[in-house]
Parts: sequence; structure tokens; C-alpha cells
Amino acid sequence: MRLITVAGPPSSGKTSLILRAAAILKQGARIGVVKFDCLTAPDTAFYRAQGIPVKAGISGGLCPDHFFVSNIEGALKWAEGEGFDYLITESAGLCNRCSPHIKGVPALCVIDNLSGVNTPKKIGPMLKSADLVAITKSDIVSQAEREVFAFRVRQVNPRATVLHVNGITGQGAFRLAAWLDKATASSSVETLEGELLRFTMPGALCSYCLGERRIGEDKQIGVARLVDFAD
Amino acid sequence: MSIIHVPLKELFARQPWIADYFATHAIDATPFMTMTFAEAADALDDDRFSELGTDRAQFVSDFVLFVEQMQGLTLASRPRIRSLTVQPGRDKDGMPEPEGVTLCTGKVTAVVGPTGSGKSRLLEDIECLAQRDTPTLRTVLVDDRVPTDDARFCTEGRLVAQLSQTMSFVMDLTVEEFLTMHAESRLVTDISGTVSTIFEQANALAGEPFRRTHPVTGLSGGQSRALMIADTALLSAAPIVLIDEIENAGVDKTKALGLLVSAEKIVIISTHDPLLALSADQRLVIQNGAIRKVVATSDEEPRELLRLRQMDEVFSKIRNCLRRGESIVG
Repeated sequence: MRLITVAGPPSSGKTSLILRAAAILKQGARIGVVKFDCLTAPDTAFYRAQGIPVKAGISGGLCPDHFFVSNIEGALKWAEGEGFDYLITESAGLCNRCSPHIKGVPALCVIDNLSGVNTPKKIGPMLKSADLVAITKSDIVSQAEREVFAFRVRQVNPRATVLHVNGITGQGAFRLAAWLDKATASSSVETLEGELLRFTMPGALCSYCLGERRIGEDKQIGVARLVDFAD
Repeated sequence: MSIIHVPLKELFARQPWIADYFATHAIDATPFMTMTFAEAADALDDDRFSELGTDRAQFVSDFVLFVEQMQGLTLASRPRIRSLTVQPGRDKDGMPEPEGVTLCTGKVTAVVGPTGSGKSRLLEDIECLAQRDTPTLRTVLVDDRVPTDDARFCTEGRLVAQLSQTMSFVMDLTVEEFLTMHAESRLVTDISGTVSTIFEQANALAGEPFRRTHPVTGLSGGQSRALMIADTALLSAAPIVLIDEIENAGVDKTKALGLLVSAEKIVIISTHDPLLALSADQRLVIQNGAIRKVVATSDEEPRELLRLRQMDEVFSKIRNCLRRGESIVG
């Protein structure tokens, strides 16, 4: 299976971009998508409209990235059962401290020009550990802003390939598809058992993780870290 | 000597942008200034690295890569191209494309053709340096040679700069701050000099003058376009500039093209404006997804162009007259 993990902030254009690349890749291959989300996944309708098989995983009350890790092997089994050539997983990196990227699996981060020039520094691991960073919404900002934004991305992740891809016009989709084809050609995944995440997920072991709602020092059981406001 | 064995103090003095590596890792570099990078990396806690999602060895190797990448962005190392050759592919019906074209540095090519005729497709083939692997089956040669995969995929949009009417400024900064930020990201040494030059050039192109302290988001359509053109000509690393329509924005079009040409760019302008189309050195006629014809601007056409320019000046005079509240009669 040619597996690709796609992550990026909400509304950065992940779905449009995957659809654009899939339209090119599916001329010679079968593609399935698993969309991991927190509350609802209305975007699955867009995939269906393009004839791309899709499954949604809704994390609900659980940490969405922990939820992703527990379900990724199941997603792979589904894709194998369906006889896909490609499985693309899409998830919003939700707390900006997480990254679904896995060692040895091509990792893509989608980030948009409108999110502000400081965003590359803020979104951390999902950008920092990506192999390809796709910058979207380039058709509505100036050349200077595109250049500054790409520069800031490059500062945070000097390793990655950086591409400008436009989900609306499709500009850059050809190069994205070519990259995906090349990156996955030599990294077929049969199982993820024993594979490593590229980044440790945040510790989530306190009373609030278990459903506590009341605020108060005596309610904070487990791992808590306090800000020193006097400093 | 490897860069990791040079004292940080020395590195920072030579290349101030190296400080950004520490900033992006949320590390305060002040306590390490007398050390080399390797020593600083040794002095940091293991916990610090795991918090950052990295380890000591990767922190060091990323630093070397960071410096290489940043040096690649300086003006001195920008990609230089003399010519681009588009070899014919197929039109929308799969029939052979009649013409190919060569685009040269310092020359302007106008792309004319109705909406939907395939102008954007051509521009995209150029942007990705197509090798018979796009729907048009065109081949694009750089300096008469097939580009390497590196040239095709590792340019991160640095080959082609784009200007279109849908683009606007979104950053909440003044003109001066904005240009400074762009100059910094291009690792320019004389930042204030560069900012002044672009500011003056932009004002020379704009119909209505603007100040350095003006917020970029508040500039008029013409002022924005003028600033974008001056900035792209003087600060963008891209050797190719694609322009989609600059008419009707109150910009001095002739001067704008002149500025881009003098900056040794390959200029491609998609336009319906006869003045701009005739200002180009050649024009491509696009129909049904293919280049139908390449027309070199003839010797006689400049005379007509002169007449058009005079008409254009009449229009701008009247426009300014009306703006000043004057009557156009008498």
C-alpha cells in the first residue's frame, strides 16, 4: 500500500488539495481516503462526489491524535481489503503540538498563506517533521507575501520539499501528484505494527482527560503544569 | 572548518539570520554566544530536545542544512536563466500544436487569446517545466536543455513570480515594514537602501503617491499593483515573471514593463489590452489550448503604438483633471 499522511490546520485546504492530486493519480491507480476529525467530517461528501472511497473516523471526546494512532492500522487493513493502491489519511493537527507523521511513511503538511507569517513557527511538529509542505491559497496574496511565507516555512523545516498548490485552480497539482508517486514508489507499507511516530504526542493523563469538569486545585489529579504568573 | 566549530558570536556578526535557527527552536542564544554551535548543542538538556521533537544529532545536522538552505536564498545565488523554450504539444482535441516559442531574458511576451483558450495551462506548463507529462504534452527547455528533476521540483516557487488582479496584500503592516520584512527574508545586506529604492520606484509607477507609513492593506488598487510590480522586479529571486492583466489599475504600464525588463526578467503578460500587447517584443496567439501563432512585433507597429500611447496619455490627463476637480473644457 502506498500510504501518505496529510496534516494541517483546519480550513487550510487539505481536502481540495488531496482531491486535486487524486484526480491525477487515479488515472492509473485506485485511491482511498480516511478522514480523521474531531466532531464531524462533512468533507467526506466531496470525496464521494469525485468517486473516491472514503471512511471517516470521528474522535469525539478523545484526543484526536491519540485516536489517529489507535486507528491507523485498521485504516490500512480497510484499504488493503478494498484493493487500493494508495491510502491517504487526512487529519487536522489539532493542538499544534501533535503530528500524525510516521517514520518511513511520506508525510505531507498543508498550510495556507492567509494564516499569517508566524504560523509556521506556531504549528510545530506537523510542519517540522513533514517531508513535503504544500502551501495553499497563493492566488490571493502578493508575490512578496508568498516569498516571506515560504521562507518562514523553510526556516522551520529545512529538510522538506516546499510546493505551492492551489486547491481552487489546480495550479501545482501536477507536481504534487508526481511527488506523491515518487515518494511512495519505494515505501510500500503492509503493516504499521512496530513502526514509530515521528514525534511524541503530548502527555494526557490528568483528571480532565477522564471527564472532570469542575475547576479547582483539588480537582487536578495527575499530570498538571502551572504557569508562574509572578515571574 | 565546519560551521559548527565557529564561535556563535562570530557567526551572528557575519550572518545575523543564523539567530533565527535558535528562535524557531524557542532557545535563547544569549548564554551560548562565546561557544561554538557544537558546544552549545552539547550544553543543552536531553529533555529540551525531546520537547522539540528532535535529538542532539538531528539538531546539529538540521543546523548545517538550515545554513545551506538560507545561503541558497541570498540574491547572489538566485537561479539564473537565459531562455525558456516551449516545444509544441497537443491542443484540447489532441491535435498537434502548430507552434512552439522561445522566451528570453529581458524580453516581454504577450499572451493573447479569449478567456478559456488555454492561457493558464501554458503558464502552468512553464511553471512546472513540463516534460510531456502534463495534459498538453508540451516540453519546456531551460537554456536549450532538459531541466534536472532538482530544477523542476526543488525550486519551491522561486522560478516563477506571479502577479494577478486577484492578488492583494493581507499582512497588517506599513509599506516600510512590509518591504523590510521581504528584504529580510531575501537576506539582503543593505535593507534600508533596498526598501527606499523599491518605495521610490513603486511611487513612480503609481498614479497616486503613497507614504512609507501607509498600511499595505489600505493601498488603492493602482498603488498595490505598483508596489507589487516594483517589489517583484527588485526583490524577487524568480527569473520569470507572469503577469495577468495590469490594465485599469492606474499604473504606468510602460514604465512597469520597463522596470521588469531592466531587472533582467523573462516577462510573460497575459492581456486583452492592445497597448500592453503591442509593447511586448512578441505575442502568442492561443486557441483551443494550443499556440496557434507567434507574432513578432513588426517595425511598423511601434508607430501605431505611439498613437495608442498618446491616446492613453489623453485619458490619464482627463482622469487627473477630473480628480483635481477641474473642468476638461478650456
